[in-house]
Amino acid sequence: MVAAVALPKLEEKLKEDLVELIRTSSTRLPPDVVKALQAAEKSEDVPQARSTLLKMVKNQEEAYAGRTPTCQDTGTLIFEVEYGDPWREKALTALVRDAVREATRRGYLRPNTVDSVTGKNITDNVHDGSPYLHFHQRDDDGVRVRLMQKGGGCENVGAQYSLPDERIGAGRDLEGVRRCILDAVWQAQGKGCAPGAVGVCVGGDRGSGYAESKRQLWRTLEDKNANPEVAALEERIMKEANTLGIGPMGWGGKTTLIGCKIGTVARLPASFFVSVSYMCWAYRRARLDFAPDGSSHISQ
Amino acid sequence: MQKLTLPLDEQAVRALHRGDDVLISGRMITGRDAAHKHLCTHEDPEARRYLEGGIIYHCGPVVKKDADGSWTMTAAGPTTSTREEPYQHKVIADYKVRGVIGKGGMGPKTLKACKEHGCAYLHAIGGLAATLARHVKKVEGVLHYEEFGPPEAMWILQVEDFPAVVTMDSHGESLHEVVERESGARLRALLGMA
Ligand code: SF4
Repeated sequence: MVAAVALPKLEEKLKEDLVELIRTSSTRLPPDVVKALQAAEKSEDVPQARSTLLKMVKNQEEAYAGRTPTCQDTGTLIFEVEYGDPWREKALTALVRDAVREATRRGYLRPNTVDSVTGKNITDNVHDGSPYLHFHQRDDDGVRVRLMQKGGGCENVGAQYSLPDERIGAGRDLEGVRRCILDAVWQAQGKGCAPGAVGVCVGGDRGSGYAESKRQLWRTLEDKNANPEVAALEERIMKEANTLGIGPMGWGGKTTLIGCKIGTVARLPASFFVSVSYMCWAYRRARLDFAPDGSSHISQ
Repeated sequence: MQKLTLPLDEQAVRALHRGDDVLISGRMITGRDAAHKHLCTHEDPEARRYLEGGIIYHCGPVVKKDADGSWTMTAAGPTTSTREEPYQHKVIADYKVRGVIGKGGMGPKTLKACKEHGCAYLHAIGGLAATLARHVKKVEGVLHYEEFGPPEAMWILQVEDFPAVVTMDSHGESLHEVVERESGARLRALLGMA
């Protein structure tokens, strides 16, 4: 049996690790995203699209080397926290908020949080609902924290459809879902800093639909859907969206999407929502695994 | 790839066409919502020195004050330009601005002002914060720092080979319109609604 490490010591270590988690996420893109950008660059034949994708890859190398943010919009900070004994939500919330303050002080995050009534910038990024955390209980004693940084430009081009939608000929079936996603990608043009990935939810209500569409963005770009019918739709969207010709930054080219991930939740007979969250090429996510003895590992 | 050195004269801007890649060097000034509102309602002789023949950059940078009181830019990517659509045409006309840098493109009023007064909209790559900061060689100064706050203040930047793409030119052509129209036709074909 491992000797128990005192909780205050563990908390101190966890806080440092959380700051490091934020640094990693903010300054380095995950390997699957880099790979997708590199592969896209090879497939383009328009020189401008190629050079744009190359610049994106190079930017993230420079960001990591210089310990500065990949993008100056360091995004909404979304934390998913899984925890077992002896951890409690209250203490973990305080630790995450402290880590966000420290990461902002060190320049890994920009002062990026504004009070919605006064319009004042909250310079340490900690305020009502910021960062936002979701908690999940687990059976063992460790803590796992995942962080996603969701930029504002791409969040602004998200869309929610209530089917049927006559404008795009979308009925209440997977074909209707396909129409919504393609329309959302077209509406977004390059404004969400294309190429991007879309997280989609079929079903739910307006709130749970958007929440699930964001949860889909945790899946790596290589991840295949377990449901063969939905997997086929994901593949089809990738192919079709990349024939639209929107391209990197919306300047034209073959690379409009680098990912399409679709999840489903139950719905009421009365409603059929399709919720689409767009994630820009600065697709930032990272994960911290923290063992009961305080040893830890950050991965992407 | 065309190299542009600031300040620009009308002829240099008229030579630019939608889709052109450019590398910009020289002195430019940043401006966001507060700056655009201010310029539309006040004559600002100091800002005019940088705006005439110059470029206004839609950017909310991350700036660090060094020990000797000078500034360094650590992240300098573009911000969404459409927010300035109500003001941009007037700023172009009143201050003889030759270029606007931002992201996402702008609307018909700006496109018209570009044509009438000889200005171009130059699109930088969104999210390219680290690389673009490297092209900012020096922060020469700042206007309205106290009044507007750091991200909204007007930063005077010395840039070198700052990469951008002309997406709206002075001939009334917009790459955004072209891509939207052509991709729209492809979308309708995919949906069988052509
Ligand atoms: S959409 Fe993404 S890449 Fe573009 S500015 Fe926002 S966070 Fe950065």
